[in-house]
Amino acid sequence: MKMFRIIGRSIRDAFKSVFRNFSLSMASILCATITLLVVSISLIIAGNIENATKSLESELSIVVYLDKEATEYDATELQRKIESIKNVEKVEYKSKNDWKLEMSEYNPAIGNVFENYENNPLLDSFVVTVTDTKSLETITNEIRKLELIDSANYGEDTVNTIVSVFDVVEKTTIVVLIALIFVTAFLISNTIKLTIYSRRNEIEIMRLVGSSNIAIKLPFVFEGFIIGLLGSIIPIIITIYGYIIAFEKLNGHIITDIIRLINPYNFVFYISLIIALLGAVIGMFGSLRAVRKYLKV
Amino acid sequence: MKFIEFKNVNKTYSTGVTALADINVEIEKGEFVFVIGHTASGKSTFIKMLYREEKPTKGSVMVGGVNVAKLRNGRVFKLRRKIGVVFQDFKLLPKLTVYENVAFALECLGLKAKDIKPKVMKAIERVGLKEKARSFPHQLSGGEQQRVCIARAIVNEPRLLICDEPTGNLDPETSKDIMKVISNINKELKTTVIMATHDKEIVNRMKKRVLLIEHGVLTGDYLKGSYKSHENV
Repeated sequence: MKMFRIIGRSIRDAFKSVFRNFSLSMASILCATITLLVVSISLIIAGNIENATKSLESELSIVVYLDKEATEYDATELQRKIESIKNVEKVEYKSKNDWKLEMSEYNPAIGNVFENYENNPLLDSFVVTVTDTKSLETITNEIRKLELIDSANYGEDTVNTIVSVFDVVEKTTIVVLIALIFVTAFLISNTIKLTIYSRRNEIEIMRLVGSSNIAIKLPFVFEGFIIGLLGSIIPIIITIYGYIIAFEKLNGHIITDIIRLINPYNFVFYISLIIALLGAVIGMFGSLRAVRKYLKV
Repeated sequence: MKFIEFKNVNKTYSTGVTALADINVEIEKGEFVFVIGHTASGKSTFIKMLYREEKPTKGSVMVGGVNVAKLRNGRVFKLRRKIGVVFQDFKLLPKLTVYENVAFALECLGLKAKDIKPKVMKAIERVGLKEKARSFPHQLSGGEQQRVCIARAIVNEPRLLICDEPTGNLDPETSKDIMKVISNINKELKTTVIMATHDKEIVNRMKKRVLLIEHGVLTGDYLKGSYKSHENV
């Protein structure tokens, strides 16, 4: 019962002191607002980079041409063998007639050229998609070892560069994001520390009248929570409206049609949730860290 | 009955300064004791040990049957609930009224609102500030602020009242009033009072027990003593 009263009083006091020390609370809230906005923008950028890499990667595939001698039976056998290779996602059969049709549709002139041939000069093929782009090379090499294979290619040089660039970009965004979150935590908790510094008398009196440490910490923890949450309001509004507007203005893609932006619904709400949680948690731990300094027992 | 007992108490700070050396003293329940000495004589350290703001390096400090020296950090707050402390600089919360400042002490302990009010009013009446319950500290004189501090210290009816130079910032007339309030608390509530002071006049007039600390050593313990008596030693 007593504990509930202390918790109730702590929440009440936390609200009271946010408004009583308004100018100082405002400083902490603004600091949280600015830093959380930066985090939010970085999260959006990181999310989109991740998304773009994933969708581009999923479009990378190996084209395998079968030997002229290969029969339909051989093709099924080969398909089974390729499917059993590690990290192979899907093997799609594309006959030489499919190719002919596709190419003729793409350019009627090519169709005319084919007319000159008695037999279709093209080869039957497989389009192999993989689960992990890093294994493109090993899979291609394994396919080449199989019998009745004319050739297997994945556009070696270009793809290798793309894959390694994606890898670097992805890792960099993660590192930057983590660093940014640490900086945010540090900045917010330091501003809260200033707020609490001005109230060290209050903490001392609480200690001397015999408040337990937890009863002293609670109001400050709630206060940090409120400050962090209030600080996340503006970043959340900017995130939701800003991203939806940007998405519509850019028609859902950036630079080229290939780099598509993530659909804003759900995405902006996840980001908002992360920002609100981050604000509240950093606020709480920031004030906890600051109070601890004045709680030498 | 022994209420406070210092046994072979030594205190050396991490800087190497010895604040107290081999202090042995006993204080009875309900006594009124002055602790006098020059600045940096060790009297503040002596006082701070009673509410475990400082811990002895050696020896034991018993307060109401509890060895403060061995008290675990997590249990210190229980000791402090039985002790009231009055400071030279009042330490009032500027944004709370007189009533709220006194009630703050009980709210921190998680008391029910309906139990808090009568206790706070009683404490405020005892120090003679009933009319000013709704005033803020900056609207009060120094003496009145000190009374609020005393009310806050006694609101939980402590067994021990510690006063660290309570009249240090006050003029002689106001100091007299404050001493009257503290003396009444000692007489009427049987609260043990330990007061560190520089004020010769007060010590001489009150004729209470005096502990003299010089360079960290207890050099005098006079019943009904005064500043004069130690100057004659």
